[in-house]
Amino acid sequence: MPLSDYDPASLPDLLPLYYRRLFPFSQYYRWLNYGGVQKNYFQNREFSFTLKDDIYVRYQSFSSQIELEKEMQKMNPYKIDIGAIYSHRPNQHNTVKSGSFQALEKELVFDIDMTDYDDVRSCCSAADICSKCWTLMTIAIRILDRALREDFGFKHLLWVYSGRRGVHCWVCDEAARKLTVAARSAVAEYLSLIKGGEETMKKVVLMDPIHPFIRASLAVVNKYFLRYALQDQDILGQKESVEKVLALTPEDILFNNSHPLIFRTVSLSKLKHSFKIMLQYCYPRLDVNVSKGVNHLLKSPFSVHPKTGRISVPIDIGNLDAFDPFAVPTISLDRPMEAEDEENAEETKENDKDAADRRKIRGDEV
Amino acid sequence: MQFSERRKRVGSRPQAELYGQPLQFYGQPPLENISLTEFETFAVDRLKLLKTVENVGVSYLKGSPQYVKKLVAESKNLNFPYRLEANDDRKCQSGLSEPDKRRKDHISHFILRLAYCQTEDLRRWFIQQEVDLFRYRFNDLSPKQKLEFLHRNNLQYDTIGIEEKKALKDKLLNSSPGVSGITVEDQDFYKVPFQDALDLVRTRKVYLKAGYVYIPHQEIVTIVLNDFRTRLSKALALTARSLPAVHSDERLQPLLNHLSHAYVGQDYSIQKNVGKISLEQIDSLSGKSYPLCMRHLHQALRENHHLRHGGRMQYGLFLKGIGLSLEQALQFWRSEFIRGKVDADKFDKAYAYSIRHMFGKEGKRTDYTPYNCMKVILSNPPSQGDYHGCPFRHSDPELLKQKLQFYKVSPSGINQILELVKGMHYQLACQKYFELTHNIEDTTFSLNHPNQYFLESQKVFGGGRDLKREMDATQKAKENSVVKASNVKQELPTNGPENVAEMEDLDSIFQEP
Repeated sequence: MPLSDYDPASLPDLLPLYYRRLFPFSQYYRWLNYGGVQKNYFQNREFSFTLKDDIYVRYQSFSSQIELEKEMQKMNPYKIDIGAIYSHRPNQHNTVKSGSFQALEKELVFDIDMTDYDDVRSCCSAADICSKCWTLMTIAIRILDRALREDFGFKHLLWVYSGRRGVHCWVCDEAARKLTVAARSAVAEYLSLIKGGEETMKKVVLMDPIHPFIRASLAVVNKYFLRYALQDQDILGQKESVEKVLALTPEDILFNNSHPLIFRTVSLSKLKHSFKIMLQYCYPRLDVNVSKGVNHLLKSPFSVHPKTGRISVPIDIGNLDAFDPFAVPTISLDRPMEAEDEENAEETKENDKDAADRRKIRGDEV
Repeated sequence: MQFSERRKRVGSRPQAELYGQPLQFYGQPPLENISLTEFETFAVDRLKLLKTVENVGVSYLKGSPQYVKKLVAESKNLNFPYRLEANDDRKCQSGLSEPDKRRKDHISHFILRLAYCQTEDLRRWFIQQEVDLFRYRFNDLSPKQKLEFLHRNNLQYDTIGIEEKKALKDKLLNSSPGVSGITVEDQDFYKVPFQDALDLVRTRKVYLKAGYVYIPHQEIVTIVLNDFRTRLSKALALTARSLPAVHSDERLQPLLNHLSHAYVGQDYSIQKNVGKISLEQIDSLSGKSYPLCMRHLHQALRENHHLRHGGRMQYGLFLKGIGLSLEQALQFWRSEFIRGKVDADKFDKAYAYSIRHMFGKEGKRTDYTPYNCMKVILSNPPSQGDYHGCPFRHSDPELLKQKLQFYKVSPSGINQILELVKGMHYQLACQKYFELTHNIEDTTFSLNHPNQYFLESQKVFGGGRDLKREMDATQKAKENSVVKASNVKQELPTNGPENVAEMEDLDSIFQEP
C-alpha cells in the first residue's frame, strides 16, 4: 500500500474498524498473560494510550481480555504502549501508599531507530527509509538476535517493525523479565559498539584481541557489506564520503585479517582498518536508555503508527531478508471490508503472532 | 535488626575468636555494649575513612600504588585494619591490637548504616565508598586468604571440566584481557550466571555463552564485589525500616542526623535567591560564571534552539539552583524552543510538563536537586546529539582543547587542564578552568557541584561578603530543617545557638583544608 494513500485524518474512522475486526486480542492476551503462572500478571501490567488530539493517558490496566477489548474499542487509541508489571493494579496506583507502588518486571526491550544512522547513510535521512538503507535493520536484527540467543541464552524473542523507521525487540524469557535495571544496562552496553556524543568523532572502539562477540557480529556485517555499502550506499563513489571513510582509519588498531575486496581504490595501508569501517557503517545503534528502565513504555506490537498508517507487525526471523517494510499491512484499505478479507487478515496476523507466541509461551508454561 | 548497643546483653566471645577473619561481609551486626563515646568516635572515624576513599578515588586510579598508599596511611591513622595480617595480639603504638581494629571496623560500619540508609542519595554514596574500601582490602589479601573468604561466604560457583576448557580455549583467550594461554591451562574457570558478573559483561571483558560467563579464578574479585554491593543494598533497605526504633533514642538521633547531613553537603535546593536572576542576565552569566558543562549546554541551546532530555535535566536543574523561578524557567525554555522547530502548542503539551516536574509540581512532586559533579561525570554518558555530561570527562581531548582556545584560555593553562584530564581528575580540571577564567591563583574550595562553581564565581566577581553570608545561612537553614523534619514523634529541644555551635564544630572536622 503506497504511503500516499494513507491520510492521518481518516484515523478516527479507521481505528474503530481495526479494533473491532482485526486487532488480535486473544493472541495478544495469551502473550501478556504468560500462561497465568504468576498471579495478577496481566492485571498489574501498565498500558498507556495516546488518544485523539494528543491526549496521553498512563497507568491503564485491565482485569481480563474482555475488559481490554471493551476499553480499546471504546477509546480507539491512536497509539498503544506497553509498560511494566507493577506491584499493584496501575489504574489504582493513586490509592497505594506512596513508595509502595513499584515496577517489578518487564520484558527486556531494544529499540533500533534509523535516524541514529543518519551520519552513515546517504540515501535518506530523519524519518525516511528506503529499501537501500533497510538493510541496516536486517543486519541489526541478525546481530542482536544471535547475541541474545547464543551469548545470553535467551530463547523467546519477538522482533517487531515499529511502523515507520525502526524495529523493536521484546525478550520475553522469564529470566529477562526479572532483570534488574543494572542488568539491563549491562546487557545493552555489552551489545553496544558505537560510542560517543556530539563531541567525539571516532565512534567505534575496538580492542585487541577481538572479542568473540565482535567477531561473530563482523561475520554478519560481512555478508551484507559489499552490496550495502559499496553498491547501495556507494560510500566510495563520492569524494565526500571517501574522506569520511578515510577519517575513520586511525593508526593504532591491529587486525588479524583484512577484508579482501574493499578498498581496491585506496592504498594498501588502509586495508587493515576495514573492520572498523564496516562496523562504523553497519553495526546496530541502540538507545541504551530504552533498554535500561524496568518501567519504560514501548510501542505495543499491533499498534498503528499514526503517521504512516502501518501496523507494527512481528517480523518473521526465519524469512528476514524477504521482509519489506513497505508491504506491511496498513490500516487504510482501498475497499470496504469484506468478510473474506477480514478472515484472511486475521489469519495472517494469527499465524505471525502464533509463531512468536509459541516460541515465548512454551518456555514459561510448565 | 536489633541494635543492642544500648541494651544489656550477655558478654560476648573473646575478641580473637570473634574477629579471626581479616575481611568480612558485615553479615551479622555486633552484639555488645559500647559506650556513647565509642559510638561517636567509631562513627566519625569511619566517616573520615570513607571520605578519604572517595577523595583518593577521584584523584588517583583505583588500585594504583599512590591510591593504596594513601588508604593504608589513613587506615593506620584512624586505627582501622590496614595490612590484613593474621590474628595479631600485639598492640601497636596506638594501643589497639588487630582484633580490636577489626571490632572497630565492624561496629563503625553498622553505625553508619543507621545514618546512611535514609535516602536514595545517601545509600548510593555509602554503598559506593564501602564497595571501594572492600575492593582495596580484598585485593590486599593473599591468594590463600581469598579462597578462604570465598568458601566462608558461600560463593559456590561451578568450575568447568578440562575438556570443556580445552574446547573453549581460543574464545577464552580472546575475551578476557588478563587471560593468557598459561592462565587457561593452570587456573580453574568458573561458570557464573551473567547476572552475577555485570561489570564484566558491561565492559565485554569476559566470554559469555548461553547466559553464563567464564571467569578465571583470579577475576573472582569482581563477582565478590557485586555480591557485597547487593547484600549491602538489601541490608540498607532493611535498616531503613527499623529506623523509628533507633530514632526514639534521643542520644543517638542528633548524631546520626548530623553524620549523614554533613556528608551530602549542600544540595542547592533551598532557594534563598529565587528571582534574583533575570532572564536577560543569563547569556552574560553563562560566559562569566557557568562551569564549562553548563556553558556548553547553554551554547548548544542557543544554537540549536533545542536540547535533548539529558541536557534539559542537567541544565534545567542547574538553573533552578542558581535561582530561576518556575515561571522564569518556563519562559526561558519556551522562548528558545519556539525559535526552533517546536511551536508554542507543542511546547506546552510536551515540554512544559517536564519543566514543572523538575520543580516538583507534577507527578511524584519530588523537588529534584541539581546534579552534583559526581553524578554528571558518572551517570548517563552523552551520545550522538547530546550536549550534557562533563566536558572534561566526555569530550574528545582535541575538541576540548579547541573549545578552551575559543574561550580564550591561555595555551599553558590548556595544557595543565589536559594533563589533569589525562589523569582522570575531572573536577580538578574544572577547578583549574575556574582559576584561569577568574584570574586567581588557587581556589579555596574543593569543587564538587556545578552550582557551587556558580556561587563561588559570583563571589569573585563581586558581592563577596553578602554571598558568603547567604551561603552560610543556606547551610544553617538546611541543618535546621533536617533536624526538625526527622523528629516526627519526639519533642526536639529548639535549635538554640549552642546546638548550632556543636554541629558546626563537628562540621569543622570535615572541612577540607
